[in-house]
Amino acid sequence: MIEVRKLIKRFGMKTVLRGVDFDVQPGEFVALLGPNGAGKTTFLRILASLSHPSLGEIRVAGYRLPNEAAAVRARLGVVSHLPLLYGDLTAEENLLFFGRMYGVTKLENRISEVLEMVGLSARRHDLVRTFSRGMQQRLAIGRAVLHDPDVILFDEPYTGLDQDASSMLDDVLKSVAAQGRTVVMTSHDLVRAEDLATRFDILSRGIIAASATRKELSKSNLLSFYKEALAG
Amino acid sequence: MVTKSARLSKSVTERSTSPNLFKATLAIAWKDLTAEYRSRELFSAMLVFSLLVILIFNFALELDIKTRQSVTSGVIWVTFAFAGTLGLNRSMAVEKDRGCLDGLLLAPVDRAAIYFGKVISNLAFMLIVEIVVLPVYSFLYSINLFNPGLLAVILLGSIGYIAVGTLLASMAVQTRTRDVLLPILLFPVAIPVLIAAVKASGGFLNGDEFSMILPWINLLIVYDIIFVAIAFMVFDYVVEE
Repeated sequence: MIEVRKLIKRFGMKTVLRGVDFDVQPGEFVALLGPNGAGKTTFLRILASLSHPSLGEIRVAGYRLPNEAAAVRARLGVVSHLPLLYGDLTAEENLLFFGRMYGVTKLENRISEVLEMVGLSARRHDLVRTFSRGMQQRLAIGRAVLHDPDVILFDEPYTGLDQDASSMLDDVLKSVAAQGRTVVMTSHDLVRAEDLATRFDILSRGIIAASATRKELSKSNLLSFYKEALAG
Repeated sequence: MVTKSARLSKSVTERSTSPNLFKATLAIAWKDLTAEYRSRELFSAMLVFSLLVILIFNFALELDIKTRQSVTSGVIWVTFAFAGTLGLNRSMAVEKDRGCLDGLLLAPVDRAAIYFGKVISNLAFMLIVEIVVLPVYSFLYSINLFNPGLLAVILLGSIGYIAVGTLLASMAVQTRTRDVLLPILLFPVAIPVLIAAVKASGGFLNGDEFSMILPWINLLIVYDIIFVAIAFMVFDYVVEE
């Protein structure tokens, strides 16, 4: 579903990604872990077609980036630590707007389905600026899955959420993953990543330093696996 | 080498269709107008600013009726230009501050739709302010501004100013100094449209022959077409990281 070969990204003289190779199979949930400044967000922005690679080859859902960016964007949902929502529109209006931008058919029905999925049906007519951070993040997930994408990218989705909101977001993420979508999530939260992901990749110093599936890794040693990858 | 895997078409054929430029443009304009209808942040700022400017000019100049007529075109275009800049800055800042610009850029539509949608909404805000400001100006300066020719010039001038302003605001918003950068970028580029608008407006207010005003109107039309075409071609590169 995602194929990345020898991806390099430079900002001026600074090289952030130094030859990343990365493959994700359909239905996999990959947690992309790493310290601050490792290049996780840059990598996800490139996969989302929001930033161009300096060198390397990328295919998402069979389409090449950056040449076929529009085709990739149609099959991609993105959730970042910012909600990418309009505070002066209601939850329903936000989804209506993004549904129109993605050409979603039977939009009214789809909006109801999505609001139900993220547990915000009762607040559909409320302005988003009146929502808590956790509710905004759940609606952001609703926005990302509205057009039924094959691939969803989560960039630090738990940033700024309290325990209750994080637990509710866990449930939403699990239901998104259970629908068979391919998911790539960056996170600092090893416990949550361990709970959700089927594979763990460590991005360090601009390369994928280590990778292990859930089967290869027993629950108890993700932290040591992470530390070893960073040390190596 | 990356192997070419089978292309997945499920989501695009079953759940969605490729939205065209026109529908996406209207969706963005609808979104901006609905949000502004709720908050009235941008409109209030532009309107209060415009009214203060014409009020200050009214007291500062203290002109006789004849001189007032001669400065009217300049005063109204200075007012519209400053108020327009205020609106342009805010309109793009709203997108950037909440990360919504990324949300727009992630949509599988021609990015020119973002430009045209923003032009429509920014133009609507500017025209609404102008509709309110003109009667107030007429009252304060005792000058009749309800001349069809003048109104057409205001429309053409506003289109040109917003066309280039929206493009430059999209560039300026990516920088940390966007508030000061936009006027610095915009005013020099907008000089032709402002000069043509002031001259054509002055011509209509002074009752000049249409043949004398026509070259300025032609300049406005050419400017509008050129800048809309340039923006259509380069907007994609302007918003790219």
